[in-house]
Amino acid sequence: MTPLITDPNLPDPDGFYAELLDAHGGCSADETHALNARLVLLLANHIGDRDVLRQALAAARRA
Amino acid sequence: MVAVRYETAFKLYPYEKVSDQSGPVQRHPVVIVGGGPVGLALALDLGKKGSPALVLDDHDGAGLGSKAICFANRTLNIANRLGACGPMVDKGVVWNVGRVFHGDAALFEFDLQPDAGHRNPAFINLQQPYFERFLVDEIRVAQAAGMPIEIRGRNGLTGVTNHGDYVTLDVDTPDGPYQLEADYLIACDGARSVTRDMMGLSFDGRVFEDNFLIADVKMKADFPTERWFWFEPPFKDSGQSALLHKQPDDIWRIDFQLGWDIDREKEMDPDRIRARVDAMLSSQTGDVPDYTLEWTSIYTFQCRRMKSFRHGPVFFAGDSAHQVSPFGARGANSGVQDADNLAWKLDLVLKGLADDVLLDSYATEREFGADENILNSSRATDFMTPKSEISKLFRNAVLDLAGKHAFARPLVNSGRLSQPCTYDGFDLFGDDALVGPAVSRPGAPCPDAPFDNGFLLDHLKGGFTLLSIGGTAPPSVTAGGLSTQVLHVDAPSQELAARYLGTADAAIYLIRPDQHVAARWTDADATQISGALDIACGRPA
Repeated sequence: MTPLITDPNLPDPDGFYAELLDAHGGCSADETHALNARLVLLLANHIGDRDVLRQALAAARRA
Repeated sequence: MVAVRYETAFKLYPYEKVSDQSGPVQRHPVVIVGGGPVGLALALDLGKKGSPALVLDDHDGAGLGSKAICFANRTLNIANRLGACGPMVDKGVVWNVGRVFHGDAALFEFDLQPDAGHRNPAFINLQQPYFERFLVDEIRVAQAAGMPIEIRGRNGLTGVTNHGDYVTLDVDTPDGPYQLEADYLIACDGARSVTRDMMGLSFDGRVFEDNFLIADVKMKADFPTERWFWFEPPFKDSGQSALLHKQPDDIWRIDFQLGWDIDREKEMDPDRIRARVDAMLSSQTGDVPDYTLEWTSIYTFQCRRMKSFRHGPVFFAGDSAHQVSPFGARGANSGVQDADNLAWKLDLVLKGLADDVLLDSYATEREFGADENILNSSRATDFMTPKSEISKLFRNAVLDLAGKHAFARPLVNSGRLSQPCTYDGFDLFGDDALVGPAVSRPGAPCPDAPFDNGFLLDHLKGGFTLLSIGGTAPPSVTAGGLSTQVLHVDAPSQELAARYLGTADAAIYLIRPDQHVAARWTDADATQISGALDIACGRPA
């Protein structure tokens, strides 16, 4: 089973963080939630590994 | 006097007085309660195998009204095995394509049967009364040829006494009551099963808090023969989802999802229904075509099943045993699979070729099938009617993405249309000693394929079959008094090779009478095959 990567893996973390927030720029609360839901679905499909996704769901719930 | 509960579309088995009603109590090997699709298919299957079947129905034909309309490939293959498929496909509306909309946007379309080489289409739409009529027509042919099937109309069940190894039935008729005995009683009497109630058996599950309005309208319209499904339809007052689907005789099935808190009486007002239908139809054509309302009703549904489908000599099949939402066409289709599963087992037991314990496998296999159907049906319903804010958020996120991105389309769930289950890991299935295609692994229903100017499944009609492909034909094998027929395919069609050989050069399949694969090998000797035949009949190896 491929383990979920929980060590730093993102190049330029500050830059990614700013892009994530920019994507939500000008959104109402409802629009922001909808955007997040679409983002989760897009990323989940990209990962495409149910074991990794299950670990991610569990880690998100524990945090 | 047996009460009339509904109108019939076709009178198929008018009441006739029989000698059982006046003489001493007669014992029948198999009594089937309920002459719907499940009971009739079971009776026809048993009769064609030479085992007697008596059907009791409290009416004299097929009930009128909104019932099953969508019959799946597997059901048609079963009907083909029973000799009743031709008129169904001729009368039915063949369709393979579905189209999904969200509001005004056409999201995508899907094709349910993209690969060629099957006798039957993915689905036909056919009103249930026709399905029943064609089964009865074939029963009449079988009866004329001396096959032991009897249908008694206006024979309503009023009492059941389970003696453990047989059952006593109280039956009411227009000429008054009489009693019968049965070695086996098969309750095919629907979701409101009288048999189940009289035996005090529970039927637990989940109620879905939603109302659906059905309108069957008759019109000449040139909408394509496709299943059209809208999430959040754009037309006025149409509810949370809507469905448009063609049936024979210029009838179109329309469904509107109205939600939970509605005034049923108000919603059944024909003017109000017509306003909804007008809005839907004019959204497609720009104006309202001429149509008449043929049938309207409001339904709610539940997903539930009996804990056990067998209670000694009493078996439950179809809606009496399990109930699902209509989205996915998993009601009548799974019921016909119940009949298909039970018929050959009962036949072997009645002929003394298998022990009664074989019948336990009916319950375990079909309870699994019901669970699979309930799971699919519940998931579809949860997608169509999100139960929380977050489930609605994700549902709409899926729909928003599905128009643009193919990846999101498999997540869209407007009903997962009926597929037969594969009995992976169940007791009656033996070796998978072939590196072969998954689609024909032990437990799976045989896929069809072109063969000998026709189709493979046309040849899998009697009892157990040894299908050998390539190599040399094995001799017929006998175990416990039961012999296999041998079907040798020297030069398989491309589709047959793809579905049964894969990369292998040769294969031997042992196939059950219900066309499920029992075991398969690259090559097998008589001992291996008779061992698998013993296992398939529930005999200890």
